[in-house]
Amino acid sequence: MRAIISRQTIRSPFVAKVEELSGQNLLACYQCGKCSAGCPAISQMDLLPNQVIRYAQLGFTDELINSKTIWICASCLTCNIRCPKGINIAEIMEALRQVLLRQRKDHVDINKLSKKQKSELPPIALVGSFRKSTS
Amino acid sequence: MKFSYYPGCTLKNHAKNFEDSTLCSLKQLEVEVEELPRWNCCGTVFSLTTDDLIHHVAPIRNLIRVKEQNNNKVMTLCAMCYNTLKRANQRVKDNPEDLQKINDFMYKEEIKYQGDVEVLHLLEIFQNDIKLENIDKKVKKPLKGLKVASYYGCMLVRPQNIGFDDMENPFSMDNLMSTLGAEPVDFPYKTECCGAYQTVDNQDLVAERTYQILSSAQSLGADVVVASCPLCVFNLDQRQKKTKQNYPEFKHIPVLYFTQLLAIALGCDKKSLRLDLHYIDPKPILKEKGLI
Repeated sequence: MRAIISRQTIRSPFVAKVEELSGQNLLACYQCGKCSAGCPAISQMDLLPNQVIRYAQLGFTDELINSKTIWICASCLTCNIRCPKGINIAEIMEALRQVLLRQRKDHVDINKLSKKQKSELPPIALVGSFRKSTS
Repeated sequence: MKFSYYPGCTLKNHAKNFEDSTLCSLKQLEVEVEELPRWNCCGTVFSLTTDDLIHHVAPIRNLIRVKEQNNNKVMTLCAMCYNTLKRANQRVKDNPEDLQKINDFMYKEEIKYQGDVEVLHLLEIFQNDIKLENIDKKVKKPLKGLKVASYYGCMLVRPQNIGFDDMENPFSMDNLMSTLGAEPVDFPYKTECCGAYQTVDNQDLVAERTYQILSSAQSLGADVVVASCPLCVFNLDQRQKKTKQNYPEFKHIPVLYFTQLLAIALGCDKKSLRLDLHYIDPKPILKEKGLI
């Protein structure tokens, strides 16, 4: 992939927002890949968790907000407990989702769930999904 | 010993088997619990963003209800409620300013929360308060010959500051199963995520997780899998239908709440087990082992 890196993208308001919402120092990551090695959901991810951090470090806004990965991550926190630099990767994923949700770009639409789905699914699943994927 | 009891939403409907089997077991163990007279949804997931205080209001409000009962210990069963209540509690204890804001928001509450409630999970109460040796003494029907894989999932063990067990290799449920006379099956997927709420709009992901987790337990000889989270149990049990569709070689296995096996071992009546609420019927294997 060809990318143009500049001070403007690396220190863009988007990167600052992700750092602020996640409370994490993105530049602390040295790309060891341990988060991706242990992630149980990578089979459906288009970007690996360590790539998400690298893209965030470099300010690749479009790639991140259009990625499937941020919605596939279910905050199981396996990456957080294993990161040798103590970075909370799940918080970074949450911050990326929040950047979109705060612009009302929901990922799940309750109106699209059938009556059967709504009665079959336990409240814990519905509330969890709406809390994570809707604004 | 008396604990306030916070059930959470799912224990009142889809996971009634979790609640009924627990309450019967605690009666047999002569442990008194009192359900909070007024409680609300905990929010299910702990808010991970730094500025999102509003979503900590719901869990903290429940802790005020505990204080209203003149108690300072609350028992949870659902792993997600446990995690959300405990983490919110931790956050306000660590950040007095956040606590102040949340109290100000709930200005009509008579009690101002001070961070002085302890959030406990039933397994933790077994381990530290009731003690397994006392449970051992009350076992009427040992789970002899039953091979049980204990699945902990995520929210019971992570992050480190909320867990009462080892993060990578928890053993509290396995120890309980040993106490009840069952044979614990150690399996490598015991803390791997089941896909959680993705079950709403991404069943394929949950089916893949269910396939991996349950196949691993089966390959190591498990007869049944037990868990303590209603979302894990929903995914691992109900989503076996989807799993079978996506992976035809997959073999079904019953998934229960650990408290259902506890209730059997302590001699609770069949009604409290609610074995009718499962997609994969656990009755045949339990009958085969002479347990029901």
